[in-house]
This record gives sequence, structure tokens and C-alpha cells, in this order.
Amino acid sequence: MPSDTDIAVDVRNAVKRYGDFTALKQISLSIRDNEFFTLLGPSGCGKTTLLRMIAGFEDVTEGAIFLFGDEIEKLPPHKRPVNTVFQNYALFPHMTVLDNVGFGLEMMGRSKTEARKRAGEVLEMVQLGQFSHRKPAQLSGGQQQRVALARALAPRPKVLLLDEPLSALDLKLRKAMQVELKHLQRETGITFIFVTHDQEEALTMSDRIAVMSAGALQQLGEAREIYERPRNVFVADFIGDTNLLDVAVDRIEQGRAQCHLGGGHQLTCDAVEGIGAGANVHMSLRPERLYLSAEPIEVESLKGRVRETIFIGTDTATIVDLADGPQFTIRSSNSTRGNARVFEPGAEVFVNMEQGAARLLVD
Amino acid sequence: MAGGGATGGSVQTDTYAGARGWLLLPAWVTLGILTLAPLAIMLVYSFLTKEFRGGVIWEFSLDAYDQFFFDRGLFGDAPPQIEWTYIGIFWRSIWQAGLATLLSLLIGFPTAYFIATRPEKQRALWVFLVTIPYWVNLLIRTVSMKFLLRDQGPLNEGLMALGVISEPLTIVNTNLAVQLGLFYSYLPFMVLPIYAAVERYNFALSEAAADLYAPRWTILRRILIPAVKPGILAGCILVFVPSLGSFLAPDLLGGARNFMIGSLIEEQFKGNAGNWPFGAAASMILLTMVLILLIVSARQSQKEAR
Ligand SMILES: Nc1ncnc2c1ncn2[C@@H]1O[C@H](COP(=O)(O)OP(=O)(O)O)[C@@H](O)[C@H]1O
Ligand SMILES: [Mg+2]
Repeated sequence: MPSDTDIAVDVRNAVKRYGDFTALKQISLSIRDNEFFTLLGPSGCGKTTLLRMIAGFEDVTEGAIFLFGDEIEKLPPHKRPVNTVFQNYALFPHMTVLDNVGFGLEMMGRSKTEARKRAGEVLEMVQLGQFSHRKPAQLSGGQQQRVALARALAPRPKVLLLDEPLSALDLKLRKAMQVELKHLQRETGITFIFVTHDQEEALTMSDRIAVMSAGALQQLGEAREIYERPRNVFVADFIGDTNLLDVAVDRIEQGRAQCHLGGGHQLTCDAVEGIGAGANVHMSLRPERLYLSAEPIEVESLKGRVRETIFIGTDTATIVDLADGPQFTIRSSNSTRGNARVFEPGAEVFVNMEQGAARLLVD
Repeated sequence: MAGGGATGGSVQTDTYAGARGWLLLPAWVTLGILTLAPLAIMLVYSFLTKEFRGGVIWEFSLDAYDQFFFDRGLFGDAPPQIEWTYIGIFWRSIWQAGLATLLSLLIGFPTAYFIATRPEKQRALWVFLVTIPYWVNLLIRTVSMKFLLRDQGPLNEGLMALGVISEPLTIVNTNLAVQLGLFYSYLPFMVLPIYAAVERYNFALSEAAADLYAPRWTILRRILIPAVKPGILAGCILVFVPSLGSFLAPDLLGGARNFMIGSLIEEQFKGNAGNWPFGAAASMILLTMVLILLIVSARQSQKEAR
């Protein structure tokens, strides 16, 4: 367990209501110092609201927020030592890039010369040194994004809040910025709280992810954990592609759950707390952890027929109809070292799964 | 694709490019008949000789301008000295209009900010309320103001009843009354352009500044005001210019001692005691000053936009 001093931001039972609409329902989470923490969820789930409560732009209806042990939810935004990168940048249009970046330092009481000097250094860090005398309107979207980042980093905050900072950039620039942001976070050691609705972005960049939906926290954990061991249907479905199956649990034995699905097919997987024998639940099977064979390999190989194969660059997706059962998608890598065989539509195949590929979900 | 050589724009605009010039015709005709022609007449009259019972004699003369700037003694034969009377009236007019503009700004800015930050559905109602006084004629509004402010008026009686003052405050026939009158006459001209600018303002900028440790007043000074400056400038011009040439408020509220340039000009064209060329010359001088003011402020905002 990390001690209190390792916690940068501690949100305790935070509730946010707008009139009789509840935007956040009792959120509690602890964000560790120096981590890249991501709030992930579909649009409208309350990510921005939570971030704005930490920054001080929204009142906290109930609950408390602590910053390195100090209670801050009553402080006005200008007294909170956190900085924000806004979604649409919110750069000051009448100031030069240099003055934009120096603004925070000036407000902290540094002299104008000193503020400009440090602003220049930060601009070098984001490779915008030669643009420091331009106005924001004279920069491209990607450059404005870097200015916004530099402006928020210049006062050396302990915590940096980023609200979908990359969503306005095109794919290529966005990928490049993801790497750069991650690098910057490691280098500066600043705690990043990053908001995104893009699960791939979240998986790429984060140390830990909080998955949210409809104002509630669904799961909190490391990127790999969230992907491999989703707790419920929402998380499994939202993060990555998956096969969601209706299954009935027949027996639980030695930590293993024996289930069956439509068509009488049998499947065994790890038992999950809260799901007992007789339960009708969902199961998640990640497509890339399944593989096909012409002959049954294991006792639980599922017999089916190929409906379609789809070439998707690095991978091939094969859609298989189980005999009298549900449909599966299986992904196999197209790398030359991979020995995956491509089956023609109509071929009879067996679906096999790697250890731990199947996961039972609570609703 | 006609080779009209037009640049940019969509296909539709190009199709009707030839017709576009005609769209402005009604505006040009109106402007020509109602503004440019009277101005031309004024300009010509200011260089003519005065007829004693009002009107002009068609004979070129610089007398009107000479009379405005120089004092040549009772019989017009003394060595010319600067005539301070009219320059003084001008100066007082600028001062009065300036103070009225400042007062409008101090009250109009918070009002405009208030309206612009209401929920969208309420804003139209607030704007409508601001314009209500305009449904009543300016003369009537100014006279009512005089009744309101006079020694036995509701303001003084009210304050005395409350025990705030023991003697009535003399407001009518002072500079203050003129400023209040001007301020009240033109306040919406200050509120509306500032409102339009604040409504377009991106409040995320204020949040960004607060996020960077700027307290409220600093945000106002360093971020909001620079961003809505064009609206403020427009409001100031729209209040200052008509205040400068105003004669109703100074005549009715200021009395004889608080004469302004508008009243001076008005007198020259009233009854048969006036001096038309002199009135025309004073108008031309006023117009020149206003034009210079407009050019300077336009230059200023251009320089800032760069
Ligand atoms: N000022 C507000 N008044 C009423 N409802 C709001 C307000 N701000 C946000 N909401 C609602 O709160 C919910 C969460 O919004 P938000 O935090 O912006 O979502 P996200 O950032 O995850 O897309 C949405 O349903 C939104 O409509
Ligand atoms: Mg959002």
C-alpha cells in the first residue's frame, strides 16, 4: 500500500449534481505521485466534470478532494497548485506565444524578464523556440497544442490535468504526441491526469486507468489488468474488441468455473468472486487469444464453420459460426513468423483458446 | 466558370458577382441624399457671407471661421487675438461628453457583462429591457429627468425624508446634471456593443488565467478587457460622438452657464437672430474633430490586431 505522501490527488466520495441530474455518483480514487493516470470513458460519462472539480472550476456537491494531503475542494482555482491543458487550448489570443507561456510564472510573482526566460526554455523543450514571438492564431493546431502544454508546464505544477488534449489532432500527429507526452511525463516526474474517450490512447499511455461510465467508476487498475481482466460487461466491451457470450455457470470447482453456452458447447475458465453455480452471466473472449485449427486440439475445442475472413493489415480476422451456437471473431497475426493458417469461408474449423483467454463478467 | 477574375468565394457568389454591386444601391442613395448632400451644403454655407435675418448671401467669405478663432475687437479693426469663448465652449463640450462617456462605461460594462453571462434564453429579455427607455422621445425623457433631479423633485425629497440630507442638493443647472442627462440618453449605445463582444468572449480564457494563478481583477485587466476592447471602443465612440453635439440635455438640465457646442450651433439656425455661416463653420469644426478621433481609434485597433 502506498503511504499518504505518495498520493498526489485523493478524491473521496465526490458527488456532483446539476439540479436534479447527478453527473458523478460517489467517486473515490487515489492518484499516485509521478504516475500517468487516465480517466477513460465514453462522451458524457463525467470525465471533464471530475477534472474540473480537481482544477476548481466546478463546486463539489458532496465529498472531498485532497492534494498531497491538503483539502482543496473549497479553494478557488488560482490558489490550487495544479495546471490544466484545455481541450480547445484556450490560448490568450492577444498575447505572443512567449507571453502565454510566461503568464503563469508572472502570476506567481516572477519578474517579466525571469518569466520570459523560463518560458523560452519550456518552449525549447516542446520544440517551439522559433515561434515564441508569434500570436497563437499564426500557429497550426499541433503547434497550438504544444503551446498549451508548455504554458501549463512552465509553472512546474505538481499535478498536470489534461482534458482530451489530442482529440483535435489528426491521427499521425496524435500518435507522435502520445509518445511525446508519455516521454515528457517520465522526464519531468509530474503527475499527469489525462482524460480521453479513446481506449487505445489510454492503453498506450497510462500507468493506471480509471474506466468510467454514466458518472460511476467501473474499474481502476493498470492498463494490462484492465484489458486482460475486465471486471464487468461495460469495461470488457469498451476496452478493445471482444467476443461477449451469454453463458450459464454449471459448477465451480477448485477455482475453476465450468460453463456452457448455446448449442451445448462447454467452456471452463477461472472463477470470479460473486459468480456462483447456476448464474447466467456474460463471458469475454479476446479475439487475439483464440486460434483456429482443422482438428480438435483440446477437449474444449469448439466446432464451427468459417463465415468470413477479413484482411486488416497486420492481422486477419476470421468470423466463425459455432454449430447451433454464437458467432466468434478470431484474430491472428499476419507476421511471417506466425504459423496461423488462413481458412477459406465454409471450412470446418475448431476454435481453441489460450490459457486465461476466457473471463467471466459481472453485469 | 466565367472568367470574371473574381477571387475566392463559392460558385453562387461568382454567379451573381455582377449583381452584387447593385445590392448597395439603396444604401448609397439614402446616404447620398440624407447625409452627403446636407454635409456638402453645410460646407458651402460655412464659406459664405451671413445675412442678418438668417440665411446667407452667395459671396465667398472666411468670416465665419475667423469669428470662431479670432477676436478683432468690437469694430473688427483691432489686431487679431485668439478668441477663447468658442474654443472654451468646445473644450467644455469635450470634457462633458468625456465624463458622460466614462460614466456610461463604468455602469454599462458591468451591465453588459451581467447580460452576456445570463443563460442564453434570458439574454434577449435583458437586452429588450435596456432598450425600453428608447420607446419614449428623448425630449420627454430629458424633461422628466429635470423633474426628477430638481430641488423639490422626488430624489431630493426622498433623500431628505430618509434623513440623508437636510438641504436639497442642487443638481439641476450644474455640470453634473448635464453629464447625468447625457449618460442617460446614450447608455444603451455603450451597453449593446460591449454586450455583443462579451457574448462572443471565450470564457475558457478566464478559466485558463485562473488556472495559471491569476486572481479575478487580474483576469479582468489582462484577459477580458483586452479581448472585448473593440466593443468597448465602439461603445465609447457611440456615446461620445452624439454627446459632444448634444443640445437637449445641456439646454434643459445645464442652464445658460453650461452651454455646449450643440446648443451654440442650434442657436445659429433658430429664429432670425442666427448666423448661418457661423453655425455651419462650427459644425464643420466639430465634424473634423470627430473624424480625427475616429481615424486615431481605428488606427489604434488596427495596430493592436497585428
Ligand atoms: N453545467 C452543466 N449543467 C448541467 N449538466 C452538465 C453541466 N456540465 C456537464 N453536464 C452534464 O454532466 C455529464 C458529464 O459531462 P462531462 O463531464 O462533460 O462528460 P465527459 O467529459 O465525460 O464527456 C453530461 O451528461 C453533461 O450533459
Ligand atoms: Mg469532456
